[in-house]
Amino acid sequence: MSFRPEHEMHTRRKGRNIGVGLVLGALIAIIFGLTYVKITSQGFQTPASATEAQG
Amino acid sequence: MTDASINSTSTAHEAQFGDYFALLKPRVMTLVVFTAFVGLLAAPVAVHPFVGFCAILFIAVGGGASGALNMWYDADIDAVMKRTARRPIPAGKIAPQEALAIGVALSGFSVVLLGLATNWVAAGLLAFTIFFYAVVYTMWLKRWTPQNIVIGGAAGAFPPMIGWAAATGGIAVESVLMFCLTFMWTPPHFWALALFMRSDYDKAEVPMLTVTHGRPATRAHILAYTVLLAVLALALAFTDVGGPVYLAVALVLNALFLKGAFAIWRRDETAAEADNYLAERRFFKLSLLYLFAHFGAILVEAGLDRFGLGLSLGGLT
Repeated sequence: MSFRPEHEMHTRRKGRNIGVGLVLGALIAIIFGLTYVKITSQGFQTPASATEAQG
Repeated sequence: MTDASINSTSTAHEAQFGDYFALLKPRVMTLVVFTAFVGLLAAPVAVHPFVGFCAILFIAVGGGASGALNMWYDADIDAVMKRTARRPIPAGKIAPQEALAIGVALSGFSVVLLGLATNWVAAGLLAFTIFFYAVVYTMWLKRWTPQNIVIGGAAGAFPPMIGWAAATGGIAVESVLMFCLTFMWTPPHFWALALFMRSDYDKAEVPMLTVTHGRPATRAHILAYTVLLAVLALALAFTDVGGPVYLAVALVLNALFLKGAFAIWRRDETAAEADNYLAERRFFKLSLLYLFAHFGAILVEAGLDRFGLGLSLGGLT
């Protein structure tokens, strides 16, 4: 079974689909980057250790 | 029947990615990005560059979302105004409901992500800005009062405050004055545009000051707001974000802006029509430079501060 486009809609919407794909890719990169920055920052505590510190 | 066949109707104007991007008002976004960036960098708390980048991005997306909601609600007005007739909805490229869905989705998305990336004060301010622009300005004030531009201008003035809050987690005299700078700048900027784009607003039946109170009153309003703006712009020089560079820029540009406003106030319609609104057009162009130069000067002051070369004039903070 091939994944060959079956409809002219695929070519008509190619630009839009590529754009949405790039936006989703960028979103993944941003969430990953933010997570990395947050957990490597000096003040970072895991929820468990933060609770222990309070108790 | 497959999903593909449901959506396969061929339209004359198939919306492309650029049309969806145009919904977010990219030109307005430039101002939002720039002023939010200045607010973020002028703040006394350093932010990790990646977090700063994300904060600006989410503020821009939030601003864009409110632009999409504005285009959804104002599609009828946009269709009759020459300046806005080619926007994606009046041009028939994007359905109004699609714009509404994009606006709502991106609003929630940008607020939540800004909150997670920075803090909930900044996210709250962004949410309030979107609400203010989409509901208070677009749905309520724009078609109801000639002061629409004055109050609605607040929405465009929030980004430096949000940028500042993203860094510091709060609000300060400096961020409020940066807000005031854009807030007081908006009315003269738009009223000058309304003076030389008269037929557009008349046709759309938007109650602009030029239509409801007459053009001489609009000219007087431009001068009054420009005087108030000059006071606030100069006051900013004496806070922690100001300094000699900012003061020099503010002195020159406010003198030119006051001169322009005075020229607009002095002339009547006959004189304006004789030279095709030359003074009004010049004032409008100068207003663009005015705002970018003021925020640019704040940015320069912030840069000098980082290298220990900043010289505060003190006083207000």
